[in-house]
Amino acid sequence: MTTMRDWLLSDAPVSRRQAAWARRYRGWLLFRRNALAMLGLGIILVLILGAVFAPLLAPADPDTPDLAMRLARPSALHWLGTDELGRDLLARLVYGARVTLGMVICVVIIVAPLGLVVGSVAGYAGGWLDRVLMRVTDVFLAVPQLILALAFVAALKPGIASAIIAIALTAWPPYARQARADTLRIRNSDFIAAARLTGASAPRIILRQVIPLCLSSMIVRMTLSMSGIILTAAGLGFLGMGAQPPTPEWGTMIATSRAFILSQWWVPALPGIAIFVASLAFNLFGDGLRDVLDPRQG
Amino acid sequence: MRRVKAILATLGSVAVTVFGLALVTFLIGRVVPIDPTIAIVGDHAPPDVIARVRLELGLNQPLPVQFLIYLKHLFAGDLGHSVMTGHPVTEDIARYFPATVELATTAIIVAMLLGIPLGVLAASRPGTWFDQWVRIVTLAGQSVPVFVLGLILLLVFYGKLGWAPGTGQQNVLYDGMVPRITGMLVVDALLDHDGEALWDALSHLALPAIVLAYFSLSTITRMTRAFMLDALSGEYIITARAKGLSGARILWRHAFGNIAVPLITVLALAYAGLLEGAVMTEVIFSWPGIGQYLTVSLLNADMNAVLGATLVIGCVYIALNMLADVAYRLFDPRVR
Repeated sequence: MTTMRDWLLSDAPVSRRQAAWARRYRGWLLFRRNALAMLGLGIILVLILGAVFAPLLAPADPDTPDLAMRLARPSALHWLGTDELGRDLLARLVYGARVTLGMVICVVIIVAPLGLVVGSVAGYAGGWLDRVLMRVTDVFLAVPQLILALAFVAALKPGIASAIIAIALTAWPPYARQARADTLRIRNSDFIAAARLTGASAPRIILRQVIPLCLSSMIVRMTLSMSGIILTAAGLGFLGMGAQPPTPEWGTMIATSRAFILSQWWVPALPGIAIFVASLAFNLFGDGLRDVLDPRQG
Repeated sequence: MRRVKAILATLGSVAVTVFGLALVTFLIGRVVPIDPTIAIVGDHAPPDVIARVRLELGLNQPLPVQFLIYLKHLFAGDLGHSVMTGHPVTEDIARYFPATVELATTAIIVAMLLGIPLGVLAASRPGTWFDQWVRIVTLAGQSVPVFVLGLILLLVFYGKLGWAPGTGQQNVLYDGMVPRITGMLVVDALLDHDGEALWDALSHLALPAIVLAYFSLSTITRMTRAFMLDALSGEYIITARAKGLSGARILWRHAFGNIAVPLITVLALAYAGLLEGAVMTEVIFSWPGIGQYLTVSLLNADMNAVLGATLVIGCVYIALNMLADVAYRLFDPRVR
């Protein structure tokens, strides 16, 4: 492995590919020093593995009720106990990671490209197009995210798909703002002027020159916003506007077992802890990533 | 002159934003699968009644015309009637909003009194265990769902320890005892010189206010720390140190004095952000504020109330943002 390391840390990279990987490796070395960020990364990996291998890991079916075992305490049979319908809590938590991560990924897949395109086009074009696009962004920024998402879901129909659309509709503006700010910084660089002189069209410059340079701050924003998306998705679920029972979504699970908080507190508390840990992991990871990729934002 | 121009520009952009917000709420109201006429006259109304109400609501007009009618009503302060309460939505909101203001204001004061010193102290010893500890506490505050924190506090302080009263704004014993003047129970009890009711109101306020305060404490602390780190690296700080001034004096007079203005902006934005946290907090603590009104209306598919509350919250949010902007212009000599 030392040869690999030497290749990566070489002072004189011989190819573009080597230089790019060297940069990534140095970033990783920097990131690795941040214990909290590594903890975040570890938790995220565990969550992803749990979500992918849920059918193998879950000790029972998450949807099969067993009324004789209602609200059972943690035991050898049910490690974390059972919920108000006698369903295994651990199984529901593991499957819940699927629902939550699935929603997060869907939202990000919609939001990041949308914000990137709106922001970079507005920043590069300037003039009236910039003003119109930024006004639209301002309108969506003008209402607290959860409240606008609630209004959207109310207009659609409560459910996972509506929740994803609603969160996406309210989550893109910060991405657009960020991409615009980055683009404004890049726009007047010499290499953009050079590209323009060679006759490259505006779409080509945006796609090939501007967007790649916006990516690192975009990735940081993505990780940090994932924690917000987790919280909003859980909040919608808790209010009955997101995933519907019996889907094992963490927020929904708290809503349906909330009545037992004083007697069987662990039933609503466990999904609460799951939401907290998942959201914290993305915050820790994003925080560390920012120090490496986007040091200007401190 | 330049200042007047800048203020006019701000007002102009605020007007455009409010207009856009009205357009969004209008469009949401039009894509709803619920027919607003049925919501008013009920499922079993005869067809001619439905047709007449449709006409009265202007639902047979093209969309742009409908939007103009909607705007006209908005300007007249008319948000329609709530199906659930039977009252005009504006009246409902006027009744529920003071409780939210009471909760949010208490929360922001608590968050400010704790968050600013924490941020300043963390910045004065970066990298120490204290700084790490502050970092963890604030990151946790950004990661914990407001409704989970509320439930846990209720479980511990109400369920287990019995220190806190249950949910709601006051004990039923005092229901209707305090004359409603501002709608903020603590203030009303104070005005009424009713010590017992005041104590009751304060004890009900404590838990939800703590939950909300933690919600914005994180932002305030993190921003204070970042501003302070920036200020402490300034050359005037080195000068002050060279002059032999005490550490505390440098920290609070020289460095903190310079971050006060951006901090005002952060506080205004955090206050606006509390509107969002208030929704969840009010649901958990059955606090009779606008968030509670919004969610109950939502569950009853009472769209006039939902969109009215969204619009009002949006406008307050925009106003607070504008205030932050204006405060910045007024207090920072460099912007002036």
